[in-house]
Amino acid sequence: MSATVPISAYLVLAAVLFSIGVASFLIKRNIITIFMSIELMLNAVNLTFVAFAHMWHQITGQIFVFFVMVVAAAEAAVGLAIIIAIFRTRQTLNVDQINLLKN
Amino acid sequence: MAPNVLALLPEYILTITGVLVMLADPLFPDEKARKPLGWLAILGTVAAGLASWYQLRFGVLHAFYGTIQVDSFSVFFHLLIAAVALVTLLSSLDYFEGHANVAGEYFALVLFGATGMMLMTCSVELLMVFVGLEISSISTYIMAGFRKGKAPASEASIKYFLLGSFATAFFLYGIALAFGATGSTRIDAIAQGLATTSAPTLAFLSLALIIIGIGFKVSAAPFQVWTPDVYQGAPAPVVGLMSTAPKAAAFAVLLRILFSGFPAYEHRWAALIWIIAALSMFVGNLGALMQRDVKRMLAYSSIAHAGYLLVAYTAFPADGIASACFYTAAYAAMNVGAFTAITIIGGYNERARTIDDYAGLALKRPALAAALGLFLISLIGIPFTGGFFGKFYVFSAALHSGNVWLAVIGLLNSGIACFYYLRLLAALYAKPAQQNEHATYSPVTVPAAIALTFTAVATVLLGIAPNRILGLAQRSASVTTNQSSPLQPSAGTVSSTGTH
Repeated sequence: MSATVPISAYLVLAAVLFSIGVASFLIKRNIITIFMSIELMLNAVNLTFVAFAHMWHQITGQIFVFFVMVVAAAEAAVGLAIIIAIFRTRQTLNVDQINLLKN
Repeated sequence: MAPNVLALLPEYILTITGVLVMLADPLFPDEKARKPLGWLAILGTVAAGLASWYQLRFGVLHAFYGTIQVDSFSVFFHLLIAAVALVTLLSSLDYFEGHANVAGEYFALVLFGATGMMLMTCSVELLMVFVGLEISSISTYIMAGFRKGKAPASEASIKYFLLGSFATAFFLYGIALAFGATGSTRIDAIAQGLATTSAPTLAFLSLALIIIGIGFKVSAAPFQVWTPDVYQGAPAPVVGLMSTAPKAAAFAVLLRILFSGFPAYEHRWAALIWIIAALSMFVGNLGALMQRDVKRMLAYSSIAHAGYLLVAYTAFPADGIASACFYTAAYAAMNVGAFTAITIIGGYNERARTIDDYAGLALKRPALAAALGLFLISLIGIPFTGGFFGKFYVFSAALHSGNVWLAVIGLLNSGIACFYYLRLLAALYAKPAQQNEHATYSPVTVPAAIALTFTAVATVLLGIAPNRILGLAQRSASVTTNQSSPLQPSAGTVSSTGTH
């Protein structure tokens, strides 16, 4: 089955997912949603790595994916903690209202 | 000693000290000061610095299947990062005193962050670069919000976190495409793969994405939007750290990737860097002119300095890398020094925010004002300070490479920069002291005084005897350029990009 799907299909899908992630990072106003769009971008990268690993017959790309997943988990732990800290001091998660730091 | 342990000795020392700090933290009663942990962390940082120095006698060391390469280039940055971490720890010892029962993990985070930055500078495999980058970034995200319960601190932390992770995703996508174009994520193998690649467009796209990712980390324009907010909200000693050490590491990574990994594309990335450098200088300096908040002003100034530093990247490799290394050291000394002074003046509650709050400081605290004045003079780039020679080497490297316009833009910007630095300097010395609650300054403690003296001496030494550090920088440059031997750029390609 997989042999019938060309490598370019995976790459295009990954590029589309990455672009959706970038777009929603810029458009969305809720911090949790913004955070989710970063995860989407990372997963698009993972898909790219796996596709290229298959193309080159090299395991490097797949190993990379494991590292990305581990790092993303660590990042999520820290990120959600920061989000809780924000909510405690501000009672909101809307980025437009998180604007104390201005000249 | 096993080769792996020897090659990563500084990182091991920092990690073990960090874990020890975390383990010892619960042994202290809640109200008790965490200063002994701070001293333990300082001891670990000094030991790591000495270990890096010790590695220098072994020449080039490889470890972990060749993903780690310890050479004079990485040792240069290791020493720099250890020194910055040392100053940060010294200046934060009393900063958190009495305000937080949390300082234990703060010291550990500084150590872990420094570990990640060191790992970045000595890895020749993009996977290790990525891991090091994330170790350093995640630690600094937390440190940015360390004034617990203060709304600006958590706001700085979330902005840093979101934009930092955003940048990491770009960097990673760049690595993925480089892997796709060349079949490897090792920097030297990428250079070889580029010669035979069937997808040059993909390779160039990957390079552009990597530059975007690193551009965010070093806060170069147009990727600088997070910098002013984060620097304004984060604790002053942390800003001193994160405006220098992670940037130094990211610049080192960029040097390795561009000059060792992508020398074949020099004519293309030199044009990209040219634009980013010019834009950073203008955005940073013009932005800083309009600021009243001192930390925010220095944030814009750090954007401008990233621009000056990037000028070096467009020069010939040998000159360019050496001057970039020297500039990183000079910038680190003066910027960490300036933020140490701000730490002491402002204290935990950041009493002194705007330029007016610094009015008349010279009358009340002459030594402190003199130190801050010295750092400002160095940031301007007046002779006999590190900042002068940093700029001098960078711009002369650019001129030798035929990059006249970028050097002209740089000099023009140095002129613009005088205005805002001098405004703060004038407030320190010329204006009368204000009669307000800011007048009660906390005394300078011994560790903070040591930190201030250390950075001041480093700034002056780099200004009056730059040769020693420059020699080290040239040694480190030779390592990086030798690696890229298959495709040395010819004189013609560089000078043609200079006339863009």
